[in-house]
Amino acid sequence: MLLKKNSMLRLTLVRLRRNHLAMIGLAVVLTLIFVAVFADYIAPFKYSRQHLRETLQAPNAKYLLGTDEFGRDVLSRLIYGARVSLQVGLVAVSISLFVGGSLGAVAGFYGGKLDNLIMRLMDVQLAVPSTLLAIAIAAALGPGLFNLMIAVGISSVPRFARLLRASVLSVKEMEFVEAARAMGASDFRIIVLHILPNCCAPLIVQATLSVANAILSSASLSFIGLGIQPPYPEWGGMLSSARDYLRSSPYLSMFPGIAIVVTIIALNFIGDGLRDALDPKQKR
Amino acid sequence: MTGTIEKTDSIVEIKHLKKYFHVSGGKLHAVDDVTLSIPRGKTLGLVGESGCGKSTLGRVVIGLISATGGEIFFNGKDSLKYGPAERAQFRKHAQIVFQDPFSSLNPRMTVSQLIAEPMVINRAYSHRSELDHKVKKLMDTVGLAERLINSFPHELDGGRRQRIGIARALALDPEFIVLDEPVSALDVCIQAQILNLLGELKKERGYTYLFISHNLSVVRYVSDEIAVMYLGQVVEKADNLRLFQDPVHPYTQALLSAIPVARLNRKKGRILLEGDVPSPVNPPPGCRFAGRCAYRQDVCMKQTPELREIEPSHLVACHFARNLRPHA
Amino acid sequence: MADFQKKLLDIRDLTVQFDTDSGVVHAVNHLNMQLEEGKALGFVGETGAGKTTTALAILQLIQSPPGEITSGEIWFKGQNVREMTEAELRNMRGREIAMIFQDPMTSLNPIMTVEEQIMEMISLHSDLKGSEVRERALEMMRLVGIRPERAKDYPHQFSGGMRQRVGIAIALACKPSLLIADEPTTALDVTIQAQVLELIKDLQKQVKTSMLLITHDLGIVAETCDSVAIMYAGHLVEYADIQHLYGNPLHPYTQGLFNAVPDLESPITEKLAVIQGLPPDPTNLPRGCSFSPRCPYAQAECLEKPCGMREIEPGHFIDCYFPHQYEGGSRA
Repeated sequence: MLLKKNSMLRLTLVRLRRNHLAMIGLAVVLTLIFVAVFADYIAPFKYSRQHLRETLQAPNAKYLLGTDEFGRDVLSRLIYGARVSLQVGLVAVSISLFVGGSLGAVAGFYGGKLDNLIMRLMDVQLAVPSTLLAIAIAAALGPGLFNLMIAVGISSVPRFARLLRASVLSVKEMEFVEAARAMGASDFRIIVLHILPNCCAPLIVQATLSVANAILSSASLSFIGLGIQPPYPEWGGMLSSARDYLRSSPYLSMFPGIAIVVTIIALNFIGDGLRDALDPKQKR
Repeated sequence: MTGTIEKTDSIVEIKHLKKYFHVSGGKLHAVDDVTLSIPRGKTLGLVGESGCGKSTLGRVVIGLISATGGEIFFNGKDSLKYGPAERAQFRKHAQIVFQDPFSSLNPRMTVSQLIAEPMVINRAYSHRSELDHKVKKLMDTVGLAERLINSFPHELDGGRRQRIGIARALALDPEFIVLDEPVSALDVCIQAQILNLLGELKKERGYTYLFISHNLSVVRYVSDEIAVMYLGQVVEKADNLRLFQDPVHPYTQALLSAIPVARLNRKKGRILLEGDVPSPVNPPPGCRFAGRCAYRQDVCMKQTPELREIEPSHLVACHFARNLRPHA
Repeated sequence: MADFQKKLLDIRDLTVQFDTDSGVVHAVNHLNMQLEEGKALGFVGETGAGKTTTALAILQLIQSPPGEITSGEIWFKGQNVREMTEAELRNMRGREIAMIFQDPMTSLNPIMTVEEQIMEMISLHSDLKGSEVRERALEMMRLVGIRPERAKDYPHQFSGGMRQRVGIAIALACKPSLLIADEPTTALDVTIQAQVLELIKDLQKQVKTSMLLITHDLGIVAETCDSVAIMYAGHLVEYADIQHLYGNPLHPYTQGLFNAVPDLESPITEKLAVIQGLPPDPTNLPRGCSFSPRCPYAQAECLEKPCGMREIEPGHFIDCYFPHQYEGGSRA
């Protein structure tokens, strides 16, 4: 049903395939997902396993990326860290998308006082820097993966609300919505069947870029000690503990840093590629 | 209120219809005291240039926009006072075809979904296979090949898309159809095909059409009667032959003479109007056309002329209607 | 074509193609067309016939990629436009060849006053300096019927018809030899269209500019042009002066166009005589005559090989093996 011949989705995928950077990004992200899902089978050691006689070892044959101050294999921790990053990214964005999107759609569709109320609430939230807000929420809720996801998710709600409101406002004016009304379609049917499916494009792009943002946010929060608690690995947390060993064991900060950078860039490539592929004005 | 609708001679009778919009400069008189009737089984052509209110009028008649005042009798009952049950019934009797064959179709739906939608919303079928059967029949009626049933609008040309719009309007088997510039966005040759289709359908099924267009040549081809609008008001109404042979209102005369004719050495001289169409926001008193009219007198600037019958079935809104005759 | 009269524009064997997702679009195919000095040529066709592409080719404004002129020459005032340098082209555009576009809202700069826009054209392409530039701009405005008080207004403060007048003032400011008007009145109301057409006609004669008028409306052509070229699927199918074309249209497509337009002075028939079917896919044009799949008179030869333009009577050319007398009668 989704991949109907010549549907917009299929056309988009065809165009996306031509964008080499996006394809590289996609390959990276898919690898990451694979690694995260099958972490138990891929990681050579358990992430918490300490080898106290082999601490702070540079990369070698046994520990491919070295060990940290507790003798834990960096590679394995990196692999499990991928799982956390992706979880946070996906769940946090889902929260923002669902909550923000619903608020935005309702505001855009009904307009008037409801629109005003919702958007002013969003404005209030936007007045607070999102990282600070995430910190405050995480601190208030306490440590833990779940609370981290909520904190990051909430801080992105206004962005999605605004985006969806703008899309809904423009799609609402299209003649096919009028046509649906002339047929007697209910508001619900119009929003769900006619308006929302035609708002997908900017949403998908924003969602992809938001996953990158979410991963960065979670790394930042873990870096300062909120969010994931040891011994569960998170790339930001690993970066944080590596601070004390910047001179002596630079690889401890290098590898998590590279992991973060590569993931963010890959997601950005995909997001940009999607934006171009979905743009109806592109000729090629 | 049982919600059933019975038939009368004039399928639609519009009485003193008003539609005003509140805009930043004041009140926009989109439709200003319009009285018209549309006889059953005939086509009323509604012509005018941009801003005359014809599209707004069409949408009010079909129930997409609310009215500010006046009455619209559909088969004898005021449709502006319908309750929800009557409104649901009304949709089965009156439908609309839009101008832009692209933006009036949801780009994410297939031809089949688009045509089926009115039936789905109004539960006008008992099971899935009946729905499919009806969709195929409608496609055949409007001349769409069955193999296109799962195509998307963007794969098809303007003419085919407009056929989808027509099929969709016919889905609930209405008796009255508002056509808002149905061929204006189409190339000339395709336009001719669609006009023929509309003509055939009317002949076979006895539809009544309200045909809205800015193109008088097209309107002449399809209409039995024609009403000319200017700035929210009807300035002249006559049956087809009469309007083109004997246009009385100065605006109608100017409009007719302005149309380029694909013929050398055309018969009539051209009347050129001065200036632009004035704004429909807070219109001044008197005849709306007075500012551009070559024959204006004092009374024209003070009193709004009424639409009066100057001969059977020929109505004109002009203080000097009986004195004015088109130059030969 | 009259050889003794100076040919302002001589297009020879022009072919333009576009490379797109769905294949190569053959927008213009082996076009041969000429325009004499001081005359107006109506360039008629439906959407996708290649009219605008031809106009852009003349100005060398085809975006490449994806477009490309794959063959042909365009001689303007004795020079081959395709061989001009960028500097020569820039000099030609605006000064020698000016263009009026269909949508006056998007073809005017919204943040410049109308006076500034006319003045810009004058400073770029004429030798006038200083206050002379403004004087000329005001003169143009007067010529097109815009009151001098409105000189410092912005485009959005004008109605569509007025904006188009501004567009005309800009185009004619430097008294170009050739004016290309691309559907200049399509976006305007009928009564405004009449005003603007009269204006274009008057000015064309006053300024002695030649004109290439692109339109789909045979009524407009009848009023403003001296000769007509009918385009179909990138091919020229009929070319004649207006007396011959309206008196005796011979190509089946031209006849179809006349039939399809419900005309104010023709009798109303029950059905419009339509041409069945649709224009061909520009990425997959028919092997023979491009109109043959829809032609009511098509024979085997037509489907095999296109005929090519031939002179059927002096000054009247058509691309057809079997022209038929037009049943609709003369419109001359």
